[in-house]
Amino acid sequence: MIEVRDVRKSFGSQAVLKGASLQINAGEAVVIIGRSGGGKSVLLKHLIGLLPPDQGSVLVGGADLAQMTERQLLQVRRRFGMLFQTAALFDSLNVFENVSFVLRREGNHSAAEIRSLVADALARVELSGIEEKLPSELSGGMRKRVGLARAIIYKPEILLYDEPTTGLDPIAGDRIDRLIRRVWEQLNVTSIAVTHDMKSARTISNRILMLHEGTIYADGKTEEILDSKDPILHRFVNGISSAGIGNI
Amino acid sequence: MAPILQRISSSLRELGDLFLLVGDVFASFRHRRPSWGDFLYQLHFIGVKSQSVVITTGAATGMVLCAQTYFQFHKVKMDTATGAVVSVGMSSELGPVLAALMITGRVGAAMAAELGTMKVTEQIDALRTLAAHPVDTLVMPRVLASLVSAPLLTAEAVIVGITASWMIGVKLLGIDSAYYLVNMNRYTDPVDVISGLIKSIFFGAIIALISCYKGLNCRGGAEGVGRATTEAVVAASITILVSNFFLTLLLTRFFKG
Repeated sequence: MIEVRDVRKSFGSQAVLKGASLQINAGEAVVIIGRSGGGKSVLLKHLIGLLPPDQGSVLVGGADLAQMTERQLLQVRRRFGMLFQTAALFDSLNVFENVSFVLRREGNHSAAEIRSLVADALARVELSGIEEKLPSELSGGMRKRVGLARAIIYKPEILLYDEPTTGLDPIAGDRIDRLIRRVWEQLNVTSIAVTHDMKSARTISNRILMLHEGTIYADGKTEEILDSKDPILHRFVNGISSAGIGNI
Repeated sequence: MAPILQRISSSLRELGDLFLLVGDVFASFRHRRPSWGDFLYQLHFIGVKSQSVVITTGAATGMVLCAQTYFQFHKVKMDTATGAVVSVGMSSELGPVLAALMITGRVGAAMAAELGTMKVTEQIDALRTLAAHPVDTLVMPRVLASLVSAPLLTAEAVIVGITASWMIGVKLLGIDSAYYLVNMNRYTDPVDVISGLIKSIFFGAIIALISCYKGLNCRGGAEGVGRATTEAVVAASITILVSNFFLTLLLTRFFKG
């Protein structure tokens, strides 16, 4: 479904991706782990065409995103939903307007249908009845859940999550993890998240990729990666910072 | 030498990107019908909410231009020509330029700050993931509203300025009202008014495009937004002043041969 072939990306003199390659099949729940600033979010943004690769290709359903114009990419992005690290809600719009953004823009639904779909999406993220609130009136966890409702309302095939639990307290983080898991199970979507939260990775994935020094260093089932004896993986997964850890 | 070349190269790249944005705006007209809601919101923000600054600027400029012209013309007994000078000056040059500079300060800064904040908080990326082109959604309504608002605000500034100058000239400085109006009418060519309004349409486009460009290309956090806002106001103001000169030459050649 998604294939990344030898993608390289630099910002100025800093090389972030140095030939990353991966393949993700429909229906998988994949988490990409790696150190902060290691290029996980950059890689995620390549998957949806928000960033173009300097070299290499990103194929979605066989179509190479790197060869598309921004307007052609809009059609491909309709297959995706994305939850940003900061939720990225439109702060001048209330919750209803944020969640219904795509539906109102497309104009294929009546006002009553849109109201019903928004209520349903908000119920899925356990936030019924907050349609009139502004993003500034919501907590960080609520903003992320509204962001998730906005991403799932138009039933995308692929959901991307950029650091879904970062900045949340453990309980709010756990709630987001359970929602991501439930959305993956109930909506039959392909789920791709980047995180350095190992508890979250364990909950929301059935496969883990590790991005290390700009390339995919490890790829395996969740339990295999989390229980790996490989020194780099082991130290990262268990949060061990010590001499000899290299560039982690 | 290297920093100068770097600066020139960076400026040329920015100019190229700005022209690409202009191309995107034209493409946007082809691909998507403008949202009336967004357009009316921007029309209200740019047109209605700018009236106080534009009226004040027009009135102050008309009054001071009238007073200064009168003081000089009075020495050569040409008091009644004051209205003509004010009218031509306001219609063709001062009205469009000063109104545009005031709109830049109020609206251009707000556009750059709003879009810049959206950029640094990933709201622009969120728009793109929701299959919405930022130019369709954010730039086009602002450009359209600016194109409509700028000539209307300019006309308002000119009318208020001329009215204010009449009050100062006739009521305060004692110029005969009939001669004031007759001379004003005799020496003000409709082409002066039309040129001013054409200029204001160009200025409206310049304000919206430069401000949106600076906002959409904002980098960094709060500091980046501040920098984008300042750059938008400075770049738009300078472009207005420089282009005004060339537009004056061009329009004079076109209308008057």
